[in-house]
Amino acid sequence: MTSGMRGVLPTADLQRLLDALSAKGYRIVGPIVRDGAVVWDTVRSVSDLPIGWRDQQEPGRYRLEQTGSHEVFGVVHGPQSLKPFVFAPREPLLQIERSKNGLASRPTLPQSEKVAVIGARACDLAGLATQDQIFLNGAYRDPYYAARREGLFLVAVNCTRALNTCFCASMETGPCAKHGFDLALSELDDQLLIEAGSEAGCDLLSNLCLSRGSEQLSAEATTRVDACAQSQVRRLDHSRLPQALYDAHEHPRWDEVAGRCLACTNCTMVCPTCFCHTVEETPDLSYQHTTHARLWDSCFTQEHGYIHGKNIRPTIKDRYRMWLTHKLASWIDQFGASGCVGCGRCITWCPVGIDLTEELPALLSPGIQPSIVRQRVDGM
Amino acid sequence: MTNPYVIQPATIVEKIREAEHIHTYRLQLVDEEVRRTFRFKAGQFNMVYVFGVGEVAISIVSDPDEPEFLNHTIRAVGRITKAIAALQSGDVLGIRGPFGQGWPLDEARGRNVVIVTGGLGCAPVVGAIEYIFTRREQYGSIKILHGVKTPHDLLYRERFDQWRRAPDTEVLLASGQPDKTWSYHIGVVTELFEEVAIDPMKSIVLMCGPEIMMRLGVPILMRRGIPETAIYLSLERHMECGIGLCGHCQMGPYFLCKDGPVMRYDRVAQWLGQTGV
Repeated sequence: MTSGMRGVLPTADLQRLLDALSAKGYRIVGPIVRDGAVVWDTVRSVSDLPIGWRDQQEPGRYRLEQTGSHEVFGVVHGPQSLKPFVFAPREPLLQIERSKNGLASRPTLPQSEKVAVIGARACDLAGLATQDQIFLNGAYRDPYYAARREGLFLVAVNCTRALNTCFCASMETGPCAKHGFDLALSELDDQLLIEAGSEAGCDLLSNLCLSRGSEQLSAEATTRVDACAQSQVRRLDHSRLPQALYDAHEHPRWDEVAGRCLACTNCTMVCPTCFCHTVEETPDLSYQHTTHARLWDSCFTQEHGYIHGKNIRPTIKDRYRMWLTHKLASWIDQFGASGCVGCGRCITWCPVGIDLTEELPALLSPGIQPSIVRQRVDGM
Repeated sequence: MTNPYVIQPATIVEKIREAEHIHTYRLQLVDEEVRRTFRFKAGQFNMVYVFGVGEVAISIVSDPDEPEFLNHTIRAVGRITKAIAALQSGDVLGIRGPFGQGWPLDEARGRNVVIVTGGLGCAPVVGAIEYIFTRREQYGSIKILHGVKTPHDLLYRERFDQWRRAPDTEVLLASGQPDKTWSYHIGVVTELFEEVAIDPMKSIVLMCGPEIMMRLGVPILMRRGIPETAIYLSLERHMECGIGLCGHCQMGPYFLCKDGPVMRYDRVAQWLGQTGV
């Protein structure tokens, strides 16, 4: 059995885990505080982690605060999911040069690197599983994604505190990490309950020579995760999807949300599952060499729906509808599961606080006639 | 692991002017091994690459039985196609492909084939027509209905004439803005439906052209008794990767680069003509 192995590590000894990962040749990446937010970066010592910090997230609002506690994983998540580790924001695909045959293209696969990510949340693991399905399990396996994915060792942290924007419980993706991790931690006051979820995780755990931990401690971890799920104030009822959202294509609510949406692309940039990308060509000054690279794109940009002289989705309404309908409806047809994992980042990082858990029920309820909406606006 | 992004050089063997700003490029892959193993189906497309400029999805218009030459008919309309237009015979382009689902030519076997196209939409069907003509005995009657804005937009003029002379084949042309030389129908292509006899239960329809043509044309065909499962459309969206990963070519639940570009009508009926889809 490769999973289910457990051990208890005093939080004060967390460095032992980091050292064990380093000894295995992993570069350790964890959450660190930078520029008022938590971002992923290389971690050498436990003191690099955001000890005593907590994040408060609301629609359109993100703040870090110091609690003075010794809590290591008090911050739930920053703007970045696990996506950038595997699907790079900018990835050169080919180096192309002029040659006697006209042109020669050489793939620029990333150097394989062993990276251990510590502090991944259940929603992020679900997002990564979604990305795996897109880039690895389709008709074409993406070799760039595969190279990055291969070297990942994932240390998850089960959530015991929900943000105001979290709704993973209703999406059945969290707050407890169920699969897709090598190790999963539960931070219980001054102890870390560690569970292995893979052979590599078991291997590492056995090297740490930990005490097995009491049943009581495991029960306490479960109670805290359950309480976290119960405390979530947002939920998303996906029982009628995808058809109900397809049927809502002409709902007047789309106009209303389009009136607020800035088409800034933030929601797509922070989303753990969004995979749209564009291709960029960068020739050098000699025009003998060129880099053919892909970079993250967003369905909120004007160019995304462009087709020789025409734009398929010219208005913000079209583009918001495209995004929400893809995320919550057509994704199910395409991949058999929702494109939303309930992390709530799109709510937090929307500058005007648009909230898909609010939009979906509005779109699925009988629509107010557009004329009535207009009268209300006029009367304001 | 094969890398679906690798671009293969291909020489422009011939550049044929079809109409204003439209040329057919006859390409030959430079690498002998790649050339020998390259196979495609009528209706599939290649990503065509210009050094330092980028890639664009273009359907393959040549006969699938002659895969050593790849013909692409390209209108110079955007940044990349204009760069292609600046190239001449002997210059080298890049090719990545073939991608997508082609025309249902196996399913069409033994049936009458009705081909309805508009403008440059005739290009993706040319390979299918050639395929059928080389296996003529395996197919029933062929009716080719093609509409253009002006007579100057008529591509492959000789081919239409050649097909017209073939047995059990009808070719009907329409132009909305004809000149004095135009001896065919005046109006839009869907009006040609009135001029042909179609046995609805024995026919299969292949359509390619502006979406409005398909949106307005399909209901007329269905009123004639043709089942929606016998109507196939080649649809167009922006394609950047060709393999269903970049997200641009979505139409409802489909990635038209891999689920299409040829789609059976009943599968896309819900989405066709919806705004912003």
